[in-house]
This record gives sequence, C-alpha cells and structure tokens, in this order.
Amino acid sequence: MSAAILIVAEHDGSTLAAGTAKCVACAATVAQAEITVLVCASDAAAVARQAAQLQGVHRVLTVEHPVHAHPLAAAIAPQIAALAAPYTHVFGPSSTFGKDLMPRIAALLETAQVSDIMAVESPRRFRRPIYAGNAIVTVEVPEDAKVVGTVRTASFPAAGTGGSARIENVAPPAEPPAHTRFVSSSAAKSDRPDLQTAARVISGGRALGSAEAFQMLYRLADKLGAAVGASRAAVDAGYAPNELQVGQTGKIIAPELYVAIGISGAIQHLTGIKDARTIVAINKDPQAPIFEVADIGLVGNLFEIVPQIEKLL
Amino acid sequence: MMKRIIVGIKRVVDYNVRIRVKPDGSGVALDGVKMSVNPFDEIALEEAIRIKERGLAEEVVVASVGPTDCQAQLRTCLAMGADRALHVHSDTPTEPLTTARILLKLIEREQPFLVLLGKQAIDDDNGQTGQMLAALWARPQATFASKIVLAEGKAQVTREVDAGLETLEVDLPAVVTADLRLNEPRYVKLPEIMKAKRKPLETLSVESLGITPRVQLRTVRVDPPPQRQKGMLVENAAELIAALKAKGLLAS
Repeated sequence: MSAAILIVAEHDGSTLAAGTAKCVACAATVAQAEITVLVCASDAAAVARQAAQLQGVHRVLTVEHPVHAHPLAAAIAPQIAALAAPYTHVFGPSSTFGKDLMPRIAALLETAQVSDIMAVESPRRFRRPIYAGNAIVTVEVPEDAKVVGTVRTASFPAAGTGGSARIENVAPPAEPPAHTRFVSSSAAKSDRPDLQTAARVISGGRALGSAEAFQMLYRLADKLGAAVGASRAAVDAGYAPNELQVGQTGKIIAPELYVAIGISGAIQHLTGIKDARTIVAINKDPQAPIFEVADIGLVGNLFEIVPQIEKLL
Repeated sequence: MMKRIIVGIKRVVDYNVRIRVKPDGSGVALDGVKMSVNPFDEIALEEAIRIKERGLAEEVVVASVGPTDCQAQLRTCLAMGADRALHVHSDTPTEPLTTARILLKLIEREQPFLVLLGKQAIDDDNGQTGQMLAALWARPQATFASKIVLAEGKAQVTREVDAGLETLEVDLPAVVTADLRLNEPRYVKLPEIMKAKRKPLETLSVESLGITPRVQLRTVRVDPPPQRQKGMLVENAAELIAALKAKGLLAS
C-alpha cells in the first residue's frame, strides 16, 4: 500500500524553514510515499515555489488567509484537519512551530501523535526518544488510524532541491477562530548564534564561580563563532541567565562541537547534550562524570586553560 | 462564579535519576525509582499560585491522571499552595489524547478561566496534552509560556519559540503550557506539608467521567540509546586545539 503524506510547511512568510526540507527527507524514507507540502500563509507564492523545488515533493498546496500571516496553531490546525482526509500521514517539524501545531491537528483528527520521529522502520512504525534521549522507543500506529507525527529535524538531512512539483491553491476549508491573536515577536537580541541551532556551543558550569568569569566564555565563543550555554548549577548560582540553560529542563541541543567548561556533568545536563557530534570537557576533577561522555577531555584549571586556548586560536 | 485555575500535573521519574532500560526491551525500569512532580508542571502550578496571590484567581485546583501513588505528588502540590486536588485513577498510563479527554471532563465540571500545564512531561517527552486539550475544548492555546499577563477576559502570553519570543493575546478561558523561564517554583516548607494533609483530595475513576481510555500506539520495544565511543585525554590547550583540527572541527 502506498502512503500519501501531507507535510505542514514552516515558514516566516517569505522563506521556507529548513525543518520542512528535513520533514520531506523523513517522509521520503516511507516506502512508496507520495509527498504533498501544504503552505498556510497570507501570501503563499514565494514559500510555495521553494517547497515545489524540494526533491521528492509531488505537489504543493497553498491555503491563503490573512490570519495566516502569523503561525497560529489555533488557526492553522482546522485547515489541515479539514484537508487531511485523503492522506495516510500528516507530518510537521519538531520545532516550536510543529510542536505547538501538530498535537492540535492530531486531536481534531482524534488520533494519537508520534512526537520526535528519529527513524522510520515501516510506514506505521517509528523510533523516537523518550526520557530526554536516554531511551529510544519503537512505536506502531494501528492500520485504522492516521499517522500524525513531528519529525526530529536533527535526525534527517535536508531534502535536496531541483524538483518542480505543481502548485495548487485551495480555498480555506475552515474559518479560523478569532479567539487567538498575534501581538508581536522579537528575535533574540544576541549577535551570537542561537543556542538551539548553533553548530558550536561553549558552555560553562558552577566552577566558573562568577558572572564575571562567564565573560571569558563569551570572548572564546565569539572567537569560535559559537553560542554560549550554561549548566543548571551555573544558572541557579546566577552566573548566567536562564535562557542559556542546557539540559533536560533547559535546552536539548545537538551541535557539531560542544565544549563543557567547568561542568561536572550531572545527568540532567548530559541528557541535553548527548546528541552533540563532538563533546570537549575541561574540568579540574578527573573523576567528573562529564569525562565519561567527552570525546576529548582536558584535566586542569579552566582559568589557565581557557585564556591559553583563546590565545592559540 | 469562582475564578478558578486548573493545573494538570504528572507523576514522573525524578529528573536526577539515571534511568535504565530493561534488558528485555519491554520498557524502562521504574521499581524503587524516585518519583516527582514533572518539573514543567511544577512551574505551571507555581504560576497559578502566584496569579492567585496577586488576587486574580480565587482557587487553584490541581489534577492528575495516574495510579494511587500519584496522590503523593498531588499532596506536594497542595503543600506548594494548591487549594484542592483531583485524582483521576488509572493504573495504566494514558495516552495524551485520553488525558486531554479526561481533563476536558474536569473542565466541564470545574469551569476554570485558565488551565495551566507543563509544556511536556520528562518521561515520555510527548509534549501533546495541552494542545490536544485546547483543540478538544475549542479554546485558545499558548504553549511554551515564559510570561503570562492577565487582563479582563484575556491573557497576553509570551512564548519561547525557536526564533526568540512571540506574544499572543488569547481570549479566556484558554490553555497555557509552561516553559522553563516562566518562574522558579518555591520550596515547600514542613508546616505546609502538614497543612496539606488536611486539604481536600478527591479521587475519581476514568469510567465515572464517561471516558473509555483508548490506547492507539503500540510499544514495540524500548532500547538504550547508542553508546558514545570512548574519548581521549589531552594534556594541554595546544593538544586540544590540535585534536580539534584533526577532527576537522577547527580550520587548520
């Protein structure tokens, strides 16, 4: 049996988000998949053109309504639910956009959701992380239910471009509710890369000892083009703001390079970094648990080592 | 009508526990493991209590779906400052959609102006219940909240999204899910734990709410995550940089 997969596009009104191409790559691993990308926007033309170029996409649907100028789950979900009937699967990215939206769609379709799909074992069988990635569960969706899922974007490459799917506009099938209104948005005011998506992250722990010492990490991060993170202990001690917290109760990240400086490696921190490609640990305690997961470890005084690294870069 | 907030909480493995996958792949070993209120739900409850302390709500009702043991977590919530607790008894785990259906029944009974939940539970990491509840209730949702400002019949909620912060205005009643930065939950003091023992805790059955639990997803197996390769130790900053260059992580 072939699969008809509907992918909800994430975009900012002009540019298709990278997560959508990763959803397409995930969907393409489902056997005999016919992939449709749906763009809800106030003016969908530019985003639809980008979606149509993704390799593996058969068709792009656009639903245009002024309310879709902003990605409101309460407005988008009824459109998707109303259009979902012909599809066996409905996928969205496991970004804050998809995490917000997809369960609302699943509930309208009265079906369970598979969150954070990291691998497709069969058209109805998926692997996903639980306990912050400390266990991987394989789940199966029954034959009589639609598969609704979010795709863990870190687990899939982006689909290539060069395709030319046809684009069809459909009239909004649902009248969006008026009870939810967009007020404003503000991008994080940092010149540094975003912690969640940065390729390199420099993180500091309690051993930094002060907010002033944390400035040393910012300098190093700037030299490396890295984002700055912090352990919960450093945040609790007031050395770094909350939004930098990496760990199970903070941000779960998967950078190419993670440098843990003065971080002992509490379980809740390690669960937030286990998907990092390369972990570097600098700590004066050779018994610190961080060394159990580090690819490269350096035992020593961070207040001597960090300035030396900075000088050598 | 009393201005009421419902807070949904889940009993989960404490965030400091290093969990172990059972060798037969049937699940995660939970025997004798320390259990706690899901940290994000604790933040949701703290926010509800603060709203009440500001005089913007009259009652905070905490609700949980789970086995008899989850009454311990409900008592913790009462000690934190919730006024009463509702325990919907279920010995088997409920899928988020069933949990949402149960919460909707409680909403119909309690008529809250605000429902607060954590953005996700740290066991299953589904992150679905709040959004599903809002959909079934046909009411607004504001997920990943880092700030909630209440006005007459409305709420402005600032959300932590990938691009930064987004502010929505929602009509009440609405469902809001708490993110990490919303607040820092208070510590419970001993006198409050004693006092909480006398606060009302009502137990309901899933069936008495007219709900038949549905299990849709079948767990095929649970595996431990792939192990990381054993790393190397370097002696100094120069060796570290050389090692990073050798891995292609720094330009040489």
